[in-house]
Amino acid sequence: MSANKESWGTRVGLILAMAGNAVGLGNFLRFPVEAVNNGGGAFIIPYIICFLIMGIPLLWIEWTMGRYGGRFGNHSTPFILDNMTRLRFWKYFGVFGIFTNIAVAAYYCYIESWTLSYVFHSIGQTFSGMDQGQVAAFFNSYTDIGVSTTGIPYEAVIFYLICLALNTYILSRGLQDGVEKVAKIGMPLLIGFGAFLAIRGLTLGDSGSPAGCEDCDSLLGVNFLWEPQFDSLTNPKVWLAAAGQIFFTLSVGMGTIHCYSSYVRKNDDIALNAMSAGWMNGFVEIVLGASIVIPIAVGYLGLDWVKENAGFAMAFQTMPYLFDQWGPLLSTIAGVAWFGLLFFAGITSSLAMGTPWMGFMSDEFGWTRNKSAWSFGSLVLLLGLPTVYFYEQGVLGEYDYWAGTVSLVIFALAESIIFSWRFGINKGWDELNRGSDITLPIIFKPIIKFVTPFVILVVFVASLIQPLNNDWKGAISGNWEFDPSSIIGKIQNKAFIANRSYFADFFESEVAGTVAAITEEPTGEKTMEIVKTISYYRNEVNRIKPAPVDKSLIGNLNTFDSLTVLQTYTFEEDQRIIVQEGDSVNVSDKIATGSFVNNILYVDASRLLLVGLFLFICFLVYTATSLREKSEREKL
Amino acid sequence: MTSAALIMMIVVQSTVTIITGYFFYKVLTTPPKPEPDSFAENDDVEERQ
Repeated sequence: MSANKESWGTRVGLILAMAGNAVGLGNFLRFPVEAVNNGGGAFIIPYIICFLIMGIPLLWIEWTMGRYGGRFGNHSTPFILDNMTRLRFWKYFGVFGIFTNIAVAAYYCYIESWTLSYVFHSIGQTFSGMDQGQVAAFFNSYTDIGVSTTGIPYEAVIFYLICLALNTYILSRGLQDGVEKVAKIGMPLLIGFGAFLAIRGLTLGDSGSPAGCEDCDSLLGVNFLWEPQFDSLTNPKVWLAAAGQIFFTLSVGMGTIHCYSSYVRKNDDIALNAMSAGWMNGFVEIVLGASIVIPIAVGYLGLDWVKENAGFAMAFQTMPYLFDQWGPLLSTIAGVAWFGLLFFAGITSSLAMGTPWMGFMSDEFGWTRNKSAWSFGSLVLLLGLPTVYFYEQGVLGEYDYWAGTVSLVIFALAESIIFSWRFGINKGWDELNRGSDITLPIIFKPIIKFVTPFVILVVFVASLIQPLNNDWKGAISGNWEFDPSSIIGKIQNKAFIANRSYFADFFESEVAGTVAAITEEPTGEKTMEIVKTISYYRNEVNRIKPAPVDKSLIGNLNTFDSLTVLQTYTFEEDQRIIVQEGDSVNVSDKIATGSFVNNILYVDASRLLLVGLFLFICFLVYTATSLREKSEREKL
Repeated sequence: MTSAALIMMIVVQSTVTIITGYFFYKVLTTPPKPEPDSFAENDDVEERQ
């Protein structure tokens, strides 16, 4: 029944496509931020150990499973897993290998479209002369689809559609003429752009330091990232963060590696290919990724600022401002290099996400390449539009959490158990070594069997029951309250303290403070700020920092109070503010009346959409199984 | 920048670069397997493993 006639053109093309699948936005944004948030130089040691005991084994497991499944004409995880076990039940774990890709592609294409749009904005010098606040506000306007930054109505939607259409068209060209060609062009360009920015980051020094800033030096940023702090090695939080980063950076637990390697013939090498692609991803992350965002940001904004503000949004809300300090020509080149780099990192990953669905539909239902590519595009569009329209309501974040985080861990745990314990480690090791162009250290055999599943299990359990504020010591000693970002905390919607009903005729404050300025636009739209007086102090390099409650922690430094805006709310014409300037409000106090649709509705609806997608793929797998059984009976 | 940070950076980044380069070099220089192999564009390569 299979209409699948795909193949790779060259071995280098396969490796670049596989490396492109792994190299994504996380290499440049997530890795340095995780390193900053987990003790700088201390992070790199657990990271490398996790790469050796979890990353490399998972890469080998997935390459092996994929090539093994490909021998039987299977190019997607449900039936690849089916080949390896005798229990039908495990096949449904393979649904994750299709589900994750569609759900992640839905929001990943949106982020990818930001990078595409920002390439054009860099060429058009949109950010020229803007201060940091204006660049950040530009991004907020961009994601607020009602506001146009270029004069194009619904610019974010249009760029999303362009990006999705481009992905779908390339997928419809097939593996060799589409995915592989893009990887062969995109990966060298990405490395070239990255090298240019990394050299700039490492050589910037304090040349961009504004007057009065004493910790604005890119080498301080480099120092912070690489200064070894061995005492952090005993902190479980750092190890969990390192293990999590390895998951996301290698794109393991998604099903894309299985799909790509299922087109490798049974006597061709996979062990060396896996190493080459995996280490290429490591090079992009450790050598390039660590040398761009943090050093450049520290060079202009200072180490303290970066420690407090490091995050994903820096790519769009901070970097254009920093490039603008380099003058018109260099800022345009740097903007194109940075957002071009992110675009190529994104598209080589999003293309990989399309191939498991295409392989499945082609294998099981005989769909042509065009039909399966455009059906993938349609599914992604259907799921992706809510992330575009309701970005500010948290839909993208929900997709990222459930599909882009939790699903990876569950699937990786299942596949490592299947490979070592159901298929059998001896058979699996022989399969991995078949046709290998390198000799594999035998130590990896027990690591794959025992250590890798155990580490993944620890990561999963830790995510499930993560205590409040990641305070494991406090939790073990008594009061174990789940963190809002733990799986249980997410299910309980613990992040929503106020406004917990879907629809309401009043609106509750989400912060405690004092009502400050209430302004009304001629359109009737009202804006209200809730402020609070917070104590700050100046540290030894004259940077202002919030003062901890326990003043003994900061010694004799003088503190001062400053009024800080905690939250700004905007209300429509038909909604009425019921508090007045100067009123004190607590969390959950009613501050406005009218008709309200709360964010919790969008969050729960997005979860339902994901569950619906999962069940839909389960149904397709069930139908495909029935068709296979019918075909077997007819043969008999 | 402290000496410890500099040494750490140079050792880690050099090691990762060398290992990446080594594996990629090995991929480029290893002759392909006998036909039929997985790759469509190397059919005219004569030197095989």
